[in-house]
Amino acid sequence: MLMIHCPYCDELLPEAEFAYAGEAHIIRPEDPSAVSDEEWEKFLFIRTNVKGLHFERWRHVHGCGRFFNAVRDTVSDRILITYKAGEPKPELDKLLAEVGQ
Amino acid sequence: MSLQISSLSPETLIHTGDVQITVTGETGRISLRARGKLAPLDKALGVKLPTKIGTRANKGDVEALCLGPDEWLILCPNDDVSALKAACDAIYEKLPHSFTDISAREITLSITGPQAAELLTIGCPRDIASIGVGEARRTVFDNASVVLWCDGPDQFRLDLWNSFAPYSAELLITGAKEFSAETALT
Ligand SMILES: [Zn+2]
Repeated sequence: MLMIHCPYCDELLPEAEFAYAGEAHIIRPEDPSAVSDEEWEKFLFIRTNVKGLHFERWRHVHGCGRFFNAVRDTVSDRILITYKAGEPKPELDKLLAEVGQ
Repeated sequence: MSLQISSLSPETLIHTGDVQITVTGETGRISLRARGKLAPLDKALGVKLPTKIGTRANKGDVEALCLGPDEWLILCPNDDVSALKAACDAIYEKLPHSFTDISAREITLSITGPQAAELLTIGCPRDIASIGVGEARRTVFDNASVVLWCDGPDQFRLDLWNSFAPYSAELLITGAKEFSAETALT
């Protein structure tokens, strides 16, 4: 089981308290009826599906209830950092240097 | 206020030498959501709402637990719910909030004894010791969301939603019996 740090509770907690919630930093268009079908398709369905570092959302569903973001390596399953919803994307180069990879 | 509909009645479910599980009596339960400066709510409730997740504060019989950045669980005597609601309604203009009487939603199991913490580990993946005495957390117990209160190293309360309560209680009873059989063997 993964251990996940909830940035709101500030505790390292078992994965069973959390729910995965898809790729992070995908912004819903302000006015959906104004965007083209292609743009709407991109918003709804097209994901990076990266092999490596992935920005993703999690929810501390059996806990504080908050959504937050994480950077997880999809190869090793290691979570490099978690941060509150609304905070900017962490810089990956800096992050990798910090964790010594 | 909402009617108390309990799936389990207040009684002791099991008492082995090392752990006792009891359904506690009915109590008032309130779900409170608010953001911003909380002073008007503190005043209305008579309790300063704690802001660190998992911490509790109480004044007399009214106890507040911080569940999330904008969410609290309030316990109080049954008869106090309507008075607290009226007091919170009165400050609604100053601080918009959500006050929901959830008294009928849950029951509470008191789990006590030297094996209480270990018994909880059969359904809760969290390190039980990470919940300090006098604290509480919303967590998970065998797939069901619960609130686990730690009142002492050997004293816990587990709030369970009515619909899951018979199942969760049965699991705890089975666990307590197995623990006691294990003790008998050694
Ligand atoms: Zn949390």
